Amino acid sequence: MSGFLSSSIGRKVAMALSAFFLMFFLIMHIAINLTSLFSEDLFNQLSHFMGTNPLVQFALQPVLILGVVFHFVMGFVLEAKNKSARNIKYVKNNGAANSTWVSRNMIYSGLAILAFIVLHFVDFWFPEINHKYIAHLPTDPNRYFGELVHKFHSPVRTGAYVAAFAFLALHLLHGFKSAFQSSGMSAKRAVKLETASKIYAIGIPVGFIIIALFHHFNQH
Amino acid sequence: MDMNLKLKIWRQNGANDEGKMVDYSLSKVSPDMSFLEMLDVLNEQIINEGGEPIAFDHDCREGICGMCSLYINGEAHGPDRGITTCQLHMRKFKDGDTIYIEPFRAKAFPVIKDLVVDRTAFDRIQHQGGFISVNTSGNTQDANSLPISKHAADEAMDAATCIGCGACVATCKNSSAMLFVGAKVSQYALLPQGQVEAADRVRNMVAQMDAEGFGNCTNTGACEVECPKGISLDNIARMNREFFKANI
Amino acid sequence: MALDSKVPQGPIADKWTDYKNHIDLVNPANKRNIDVIVVGTGLAGGSAAATLAELGYNVKAFAYQDSPRRAHSIAAQGGINAAKNYQGDGDSTYRLFYDTVKGGDYRAREANVYRLAEVSANIIDQCVAQGVPFARDYGGLLDNRSFGGVLVSRTFYAKGQTGQQLLLGAYSAMNRQIGRGKIKMYNRHEMMDVVLVDGKARGIITRNLVTGEVERHSAHAVVIASGGYGNVFFLSTNAMGSNVSASWKIHKKGAYFANPCYTQIHPTCIPVSGDHQSKLTLMSESLRNDGRIWVPAKLEDAQAIREGKKKPTDLSEADRDYYLERRYPAFGNLVPRDVASRAAKERCDAGFGVNKTGEAVYLDFAAAFVRYGTEQALIHGDHNPSAEKIDKLGKEVVKAKYGNLFQMYEKIEDENPYETPMKIYPAVHYTMGGTWVDYNLMTTIPGCYCIGEANFSDHGANRLGASALMQGLADGYFVLPYTIGDYLSDDIRTGAIPTDSPEFEEAEKSVKDQINFFVNNNGTKSVDHFHKRLGKIMWNKVGMARNKQGLTEAMAEIKALREEFWKDVKVPGKGDTYNEELAKAGRVADFLELGELFAKDALVREESCGGHFREESAETEGPQKGEAKRDDVNFAFVSAWEYKGEPADAVLHKEELEFNDIELKTRSYK
Repeated sequence: MSGFLSSSIGRKVAMALSAFFLMFFLIMHIAINLTSLFSEDLFNQLSHFMGTNPLVQFALQPVLILGVVFHFVMGFVLEAKNKSARNIKYVKNNGAANSTWVSRNMIYSGLAILAFIVLHFVDFWFPEINHKYIAHLPTDPNRYFGELVHKFHSPVRTGAYVAAFAFLALHLLHGFKSAFQSSGMSAKRAVKLETASKIYAIGIPVGFIIIALFHHFNQH
Repeated sequence: MDMNLKLKIWRQNGANDEGKMVDYSLSKVSPDMSFLEMLDVLNEQIINEGGEPIAFDHDCREGICGMCSLYINGEAHGPDRGITTCQLHMRKFKDGDTIYIEPFRAKAFPVIKDLVVDRTAFDRIQHQGGFISVNTSGNTQDANSLPISKHAADEAMDAATCIGCGACVATCKNSSAMLFVGAKVSQYALLPQGQVEAADRVRNMVAQMDAEGFGNCTNTGACEVECPKGISLDNIARMNREFFKANI
Repeated sequence: MALDSKVPQGPIADKWTDYKNHIDLVNPANKRNIDVIVVGTGLAGGSAAATLAELGYNVKAFAYQDSPRRAHSIAAQGGINAAKNYQGDGDSTYRLFYDTVKGGDYRAREANVYRLAEVSANIIDQCVAQGVPFARDYGGLLDNRSFGGVLVSRTFYAKGQTGQQLLLGAYSAMNRQIGRGKIKMYNRHEMMDVVLVDGKARGIITRNLVTGEVERHSAHAVVIASGGYGNVFFLSTNAMGSNVSASWKIHKKGAYFANPCYTQIHPTCIPVSGDHQSKLTLMSESLRNDGRIWVPAKLEDAQAIREGKKKPTDLSEADRDYYLERRYPAFGNLVPRDVASRAAKERCDAGFGVNKTGEAVYLDFAAAFVRYGTEQALIHGDHNPSAEKIDKLGKEVVKAKYGNLFQMYEKIEDENPYETPMKIYPAVHYTMGGTWVDYNLMTTIPGCYCIGEANFSDHGANRLGASALMQGLADGYFVLPYTIGDYLSDDIRTGAIPTDSPEFEEAEKSVKDQINFFVNNNGTKSVDHFHKRLGKIMWNKVGMARNKQGLTEAMAEIKALREEFWKDVKVPGKGDTYNEELAKAGRVADFLELGELFAKDALVREESCGGHFREESAETEGPQKGEAKRDDVNFAFVSAWEYKGEPADAVLHKEELEFNDIELKTRSYK
């Protein structure tokens, strides 16, 4: 196993595994958030559970952060390495002839997502951490829904979120199937994978967009 | 019928020269010419004008030796599919076209001169395991004592059709050699004869591939599209599995 | 020097075994002290280099390509013969031997051919063990197909890429030895001369094609495996770089050159399209299994087609001349290559050619569409199918069998061969002649061996399909490694051969002088200019049909062209850098000498045999009228030419051919 992570294939498999983890997280995230569309109580309950359960807070949360950091750092490392594998660029290159734009520009969709994550942390995560562990503000199991709705009051923020989710879709359109290919899935299932990829890569971001817009237009 | 063309061609006088794109114009190009015959005619013109002809690799001129290369108008082996440059014909272009001709680019494929690049990195990868360790003896077992399913044999054959031209590397935005190495690993992984050394083979070949400075695969699939022999991306997935297996 | 073929005594079936039992061997510890040079890394050179290295010799291998995997063996499509009798159809070593000698029109050496047939089965075993993905049937066993000129199915194949797959097998065996350091591989190196020390081949001078550096390499033996010389015709199915130089250099140092005029002209190639043509493309012989060859029956139709006023599909059956079926009812479209090629030339010379240049005939699959389509319809239970349905089903079958060839044709010709007949014309494909070797595959220079297409030994005057791959691998894997050991057993105490001897000095100097001459010649015409003119002379006067007058003229014309070349050739660039024109100049200089010897050989051989057709030697009456007439009384010999300066002055040595195990007969395909 020693040289595995220093090898090209090892890194690519690691990239795929972290991607799977993050894609699984996205499903959980959207599942909880979708409840906010129809049930304030359920949303508050689930949020409270996630925000206070020690397993989630002290085991899953660090792993998630680690996963995110790893995926980004490895992504940048590989991008730099891949760039350096061609020291002289082509004068004329017709990439569109043989590959999709999304597949060639994962680094840019990824950077957009990174910017979004910073915004998202500033919006939700830092206040959360501050609330619970720094300022030690009183516990209120019903505060989450209000905070959510409040955040989407601003049209600028809502717009930024929608744009970010569009980038997420672009990233996932290639990333979803790429992760399967990297982890060695046979092309015999390529057609089914393509369908699943489209459903996931469009479904998840569209879900988030709906949530954002819903709360923006349904201010209480 | 005959065409007049503008050509922008990479000229580089040796590995240490900086190199640049140089403009040429060529008239009376017949659409029935192959692309390399068009370059032959251009070279004849350059020689007659007292210049040095453009160096480019080519040999069999029937699409099988893998010697010819060229990045034509931004694509490895030019705009047509399922062929090498020597099989590309001028009828794919129009009168008055400007054609960009560049060498295959990758750090692992340094330019030797003009459009000629050094692809021996591929050979070195194969020295590390691209074989089955069996001596010539005349006493190996009878060929039919080892039945191999037609399916496996056909799949191995599909992988083995790779001609080692390097279009995959040239096309890949990361200059990755994984389609090539994947095809080589796959051919042996699919056959029972290759099982004995399977783990060492994939480990050693991948290590050499990395040492040569090829980039990593990001599954854009460009290599599969540009491959003159239609080598499937599936071979990369198979190599990933083999590599994973070899390391756990 | 009298020619001694060194064929062992005894019955033909025991010769090789007896020979192996009695030769001297080199012990493994001593092999480490012996160096062998192999020039050329195709099937013969690659397999020899790998096997010699496995045995323990230090091998230096040289290729002008950037990798051994690119040698032109790679272009062979159809398959490789082996007397395995897996199909149980009566094949045997003897039958393969017989077919090869007969196919070669009784101009090959019996003992060599028998040995070839004997080791052929081992080749398949070896290749399968190496992982060569031969085609298999559903039971998992190896599949066979049949080829022209034989009555059994003994051809093993890997799709339409048998050559590439076998070469990759040999290349993989080389890779293993390169990885172990037992083979030192010199890519992009061209052999410029052989070095003889005390009359023995002890090294070569090479030019590094990248840096231009002239280098000395020594060894205890030199193996030439540099392929055939079909490019003397300029246009051929050979690779652009294929050349005679390695063979010619050893010829000039004392190796006899045998039967240079034996050339195979393959009938199914894509015709020449114009003056810019650099290379001809072969379409597999297998197409003749289903295609029917024809030209218009009337001259005016042929004319109209050439002018584009008529299409081939406009002609009714009555207006078509299926000339092979007409002339050879028994074999029809499946006559051997030489017969089919000459018949096409005959029709085109008579004015029936069907493309712009008048040098093409049709290969038509319409009948095959109908035949297969009807059969498929029946299989699908349709007993009264429409013509459209038959056509569609038939095309599907043909596509499954030959799809890749049809696609290749369409890319080159820009015509859909499913809708209109293919146009084909014969092209130079393979040279049966080559360096003379004895039973040990040694040339007339001690220590200098020649294997594969570069030697002359196994195919006589005509090679059967799928036998070139067999011979290359047989020589490299199974014959040379034994015979060279017998020679090298005398060299165990010699020690490394120094490269600073006067012999190396002198050879290097003459190579450098030639390079300097070329780059300073300041002529006015490019190398290709001369090569094309040489090709025209060869094709017109030393091509498919030859006569005394034409050959005499050809010799004079080639000589004059050679003199003009040396005066007026223009080689741009310098000697000490990458310089493709310079490399080509050296090769064309040798072709210009070979071409003349080629014509001389054809002139001396006043019979017709195999690929060599002398118009003076044809049957004048009876059912064989117009067919080739062999003369066993006067010409059952190998012509081995000794170099004496000018090619015209070459001295002929005859190796009489004895046929003890096969009766000499006239080949008839009527």
